[in-house]
Amino acid sequence: MSPLRSAPLVCQEVVELVTDYLEGALSRRDRRRFEQHLAGCPHCTAYLAQMRETLRLTGQLVPEDLSPEMQHEFGDIYRRWRSGA
Amino acid sequence: MSAIPFHRLPWVRRRASGVDDDVRLLERLRAGEEEAFVTLVGRYHDAMLRLARTFVRSHAVAEEVVQDTWVAVLRGVDRFEGRSSLRTWLLTILANRARTAGAREARSVPDSDGAAAAVDGTRFDSSGAWSSPPEQWVEDVEERVGAVALRGQILTALGAMPARQRAVVMLRDVDGLRSDEVCEVLALTPANERVLLHRGRSRLRQALEDTIGAAS
Repeated sequence: MSPLRSAPLVCQEVVELVTDYLEGALSRRDRRRFEQHLAGCPHCTAYLAQMRETLRLTGQLVPEDLSPEMQHEFGDIYRRWRSGA
Repeated sequence: MSAIPFHRLPWVRRRASGVDDDVRLLERLRAGEEEAFVTLVGRYHDAMLRLARTFVRSHAVAEEVVQDTWVAVLRGVDRFEGRSSLRTWLLTILANRARTAGAREARSVPDSDGAAAAVDGTRFDSSGAWSSPPEQWVEDVEERVGAVALRGQILTALGAMPARQRAVVMLRDVDGLRSDEVCEVLALTPANERVLLHRGRSRLRQALEDTIGAAS
């Protein structure tokens, strides 16, 4: 990402800074410019809300518990290891 | 173990399991409890397999890498000093092994990770302001579109990502590692980690926008 100029941010720049913003990686100055843009831009505010919702939905994905066969298989691995095989 | 395409992996809601739990499991494992090992495998095997799949193309090789990792974990469990979390330690061992296996597999297809824009440029006017702005997603989006459809959409988008990107998004946003832990596991600089995360998250949002927009 190119260094930010001091001019106000435009929407197309804001969407590229969303991750740095959410990850707390913007400098204090850039964070202020980002938030200033949001304050006056309902579209980018909606975009940020969409991104937060995306993260919430993604965070709900989690693999299922191990199947009984796999539990069995790993029991075997453990026992082989214990017996020094 | 049967080979399931990544995007068909079953998913359910997050189980409650915490760091305290891990510490207790580790103690039980050191004391020689088989059940503790099986529980540990149950907790992390899928995350490890998914991460392995981002390094190697073949599901069978990925499974081998994960199994080897578990054996390495058993051998090394007494040396684990708790400087990082148990999960980070496991995933780092896995990533190191998978990287080697991936190199051995000699991938001919490069990781095309093109510098795509977060949002297609045609949606902005010449000044960089939205010309086709995003909509407000209403609160009941899960009810309207269906949680299953949304989940499927996310899985498909994850499956279509370049491997590195997928690894970062899954570790950070699905498995919930901190960004410094993701960097440790994947040997990435913080800046690189954020670039990959940004591209991945942008793709996920776009995928959901396509689905939700089509349903409204």
